[in-house]
Amino acid sequence: MTLSAANEARAAEIISMFPRPRSALIPLLHLAQAQDGYLTDEAMRRIGELVGATPAEVKGTAGFYEMFRFEPLGTYLVNVCTNISCFLWGGEELLEHACESLGVEVGGTTDDRMFTVEEAECIAACTEAPCLQVNYRYRGRMTPDDFDRLIEDLRDGRVDVAGHGVLAQVSQMIPADRLAGVVPPERAREAPVWLGRNEAGVTG
Amino acid sequence: MTAVEPRATVEITVDGVSVDARPGEMLIAACERAGTYIPRFCYHPRMSPVGMCRMCLVEVDTGRGFALQPSCMVPVTEGMKVSTESEASKKAQDGVLEFLLINHPLDCPVCDKGGECPLQDQTMAYGPGETRFVEEKRHFPKPIAISETVFLDRERCILCDRCTRFADEVAGDALIHFMGRGNHTEVNTFTDEPFASYFSGNTVQICPVGALTAAPYRFKARPWDLTETLSTAWVDSVGSRVAVQASRNRVLRVLGADADAVNWGWLSDKERFGFEALNSDERLAAPIIRDAVGGDSREFRQAGWGEALEAVTAALAGASPERVAVLGGARLTNEAQYMWAKLAKGVVGTDNVDAQLGDGLDPQLVLGLTRATIDDACRPGGTVLLIGPDPKEELGTLYLRLRHAIVNDGVTLIEVTPHATGLSHLAAHSLRPRPGTTAGLVAELVAEAAAPGASGAEGSDPPRPELAAAAQSLAEAGDGVVVVLGRASLAEPASVINAAALELSRLPSARFLPALRRGNVMGALEAGLAPGLVPGRVLLDDVGDDSPLAQTWPRLPASAGLDAAGVLRAAARGDVDVLVLVGADPLNDFADRDLAYRGLRGASLVVAVDLFVNDSASLAARVVLAAAGPTECDGTFTNLEGRVSVMSRKVTPPGTARADWMIAADLSERLEPGSTSGLETSEAIRAELALVSEVHSSIASDALEADPMEGVLLPLPGTAADAEMVHAAADEDPGEGEFLLIAARTMYDDGVMLRHCPSSRGLAPAATARINPADAGGAGLEAGAAVRVVSDFGHIEATLTFDDGVPAGSLRVDWLAPGAPANALIAEGTEVTLVRVETR
Repeated sequence: MTLSAANEARAAEIISMFPRPRSALIPLLHLAQAQDGYLTDEAMRRIGELVGATPAEVKGTAGFYEMFRFEPLGTYLVNVCTNISCFLWGGEELLEHACESLGVEVGGTTDDRMFTVEEAECIAACTEAPCLQVNYRYRGRMTPDDFDRLIEDLRDGRVDVAGHGVLAQVSQMIPADRLAGVVPPERAREAPVWLGRNEAGVTG
Repeated sequence: MTAVEPRATVEITVDGVSVDARPGEMLIAACERAGTYIPRFCYHPRMSPVGMCRMCLVEVDTGRGFALQPSCMVPVTEGMKVSTESEASKKAQDGVLEFLLINHPLDCPVCDKGGECPLQDQTMAYGPGETRFVEEKRHFPKPIAISETVFLDRERCILCDRCTRFADEVAGDALIHFMGRGNHTEVNTFTDEPFASYFSGNTVQICPVGALTAAPYRFKARPWDLTETLSTAWVDSVGSRVAVQASRNRVLRVLGADADAVNWGWLSDKERFGFEALNSDERLAAPIIRDAVGGDSREFRQAGWGEALEAVTAALAGASPERVAVLGGARLTNEAQYMWAKLAKGVVGTDNVDAQLGDGLDPQLVLGLTRATIDDACRPGGTVLLIGPDPKEELGTLYLRLRHAIVNDGVTLIEVTPHATGLSHLAAHSLRPRPGTTAGLVAELVAEAAAPGASGAEGSDPPRPELAAAAQSLAEAGDGVVVVLGRASLAEPASVINAAALELSRLPSARFLPALRRGNVMGALEAGLAPGLVPGRVLLDDVGDDSPLAQTWPRLPASAGLDAAGVLRAAARGDVDVLVLVGADPLNDFADRDLAYRGLRGASLVVAVDLFVNDSASLAARVVLAAAGPTECDGTFTNLEGRVSVMSRKVTPPGTARADWMIAADLSERLEPGSTSGLETSEAIRAELALVSEVHSSIASDALEADPMEGVLLPLPGTAADAEMVHAAADEDPGEGEFLLIAARTMYDDGVMLRHCPSSRGLAPAATARINPADAGGAGLEAGAAVRVVSDFGHIEATLTFDDGVPAGSLRVDWLAPGAPANALIAEGTEVTLVRVETR
């Protein structure tokens, strides 16, 4: 679906933060993915209109990033690492167990659309091998039994994990006086606001 | 501190030889000009460098020792040393090729590109002799139709970014893009949004492998079976240079040739694929005649040339000159135009000759206005004032040049058009005159530019800041203003634009690029195929008795004759005995379908000279003479700036079809024996044209041969037009439920040539009636509704569409949508056409 009314307003807000509308493309893609769980064609078309890009350009940009999705995923995205450290500590077996117990292939989604299982390259948690992510939240030193318990907890709602749209994890409220105050380079007539703040010794 | 003088040249050393390079030039280009070719795939001199393919890696030393660098991304610097032949360079190139070939199928024997493939050629020249890759290569579904005409084979693609860069940078239609990453990168379109660009065929030409192919050439020939000749595109008046390639007497492909002053190697798809019509089975291969018009059983029958020409000769000989008229001729070569002008004016003695069908501009004005070239219009930092058609729809390659100039070279575009154009989003100022008021708005603009505040734009009610801003921009342009002048809407009579041009000629330094659309129309005007003119921009009244023309032609018309509208009116009254249509289709092209119909039916004898039986000929012609097409005869072409270039015969015409000049010569000879003696080749005709016309004296054959690519620019007209034209601006207010009609041409329409192009036939958009969304509410109209557009003169059926590019109060229809000819709505001479919308 296309952007909701609330997200249209948020999109306008995001676009206003950038010197050029086109620069807002990726934040808007996050917004659309947070809304639908993946990037719908309608949302990409709408984003193209908002930032002045063709739908092909929008999809081409999104397609460069693995965490933008073009197909619906399960509620929980399970990424099992099989890179070297996890491999040595049983990552492969963990992935195999995950697929078997959920009844899906790697990359597949369960029939109830709850879980999608994917194989991940190193997710930089080698000290916690074998590790996995649920909606990009880490779980370390996982045994197959731990995995089954985790799935049960998720099914029963005993564990609360935010959606796999990444905007929830990156969005932050920046007070108005801390905004960079950027203008397009061709319109810049004076030093940027942040430079003045830095020079005044205000840091943070 | 002394100012640093910009250097005229930069000295670099290429393989030990000192070379003068241009400052800012990329190393690969500097080496190529110096005679050292560096292999490349992604680099294209007409697009920005991206360094995608790494094939052009060479060792470069800028003072810190030799290191491998992509020469397409490295600007030359003083003292730079390059080693293109070193071990490291060769090993790098060899390695890049081996990598590229890992995933590239070795299907050269069945690939259309095989034999002319840069990857194949450069592998042979720079690559490894054998592959070390024994694994299975990648496989994709193929071919994928990314548009109606263009097919993509992903296995062959080497991701050079040429097609995607072209779509984005040059055409401005970024409908194809890289998608995915790493090993999964692929060229793709968005879901259900094909690469429907008017310029898609260029991507096929610049693809360095066989990944992109176009339907008209797929599996038709091998490159080594083709022979080619340099010629000129004929579908519009830009005169793009093309290479026409044929095998076994059949044109199979047309490629763009890189003329720096004209098309830069690009073509619109209509120019590129238009040759398909010439190969149509429905081409006329012999003259056809019928004894009467109208009865359903009276079909054409094939006739010999003798019989057909005798019938025409008898009719011409029996008619008094002022009752003979010739319409059309923009399809012809300059030589054929001269021969038809000579036949009509010099042998028959009629001046009722018009190459434009009321859809152009006053010929005397066009020939008199100070002319600008395409390069003048695209001069960096200049200002272009567009008062004319949407270049994207009507003059494809001119659009590409203008777009490049605006985007890259800081050209300011001010458009004064009744509706949005393909350049509107790049325009600095867009003024939207209501249909009929263009001249008035231009007058205000000129006055405001001369003296701010003069037109009262600031203080007017409501205030018009756009006008003031555009005027200021025009005033600041100084001597760099080029006016692209033509007809934006054929519902607005030519007199409106003629009057606007006269207003503009008062700007001290304005020069004009006439955006007349049809083929060799400029050649036709220069050759005198217009009322009141003779070859060489000379008025009929000014021809002296001792002038070369008067000495050469048997006679001259007694007085100035009628233009197309006048001819059709006279014919409708029964005052025309012979009406010759030289590639003209007034029924579809004249801005009054009813008058065209009555004129065609009212003429005693209608003769058509054409490649096909068009709608007008089908309605009224009793004799149709089969003419040779543009790839089937030698001659020259004059483009809209007055540049003469060669058109070359590549194949023979079908059957006994003859070159247009031969038909005119034969008729002349029958009417006036000896009038064409010696005129047996196009060179001989060109020599006579150069003799009788001072303007054409510069196109003697050796001048054209001196620079076959760029051609020869005729002397540009330099005198400001002094014609006085009084034009009262029509400004009608549409009543309740009424709209002001805009009728504009589109790239693809229901014209007779496009009907016979298999790959373009389906591209003509279905009839739409476009209105501003703001107009919908009151009238209760819905987008997508089937409606009837009704004027006082006729109606057409269309689908209602909302379009922000159409100002409120106006309604836009396409000129010749299939089944919905816009000229049915228009009456000749009407300043403003009011239409209503009725739901069906």
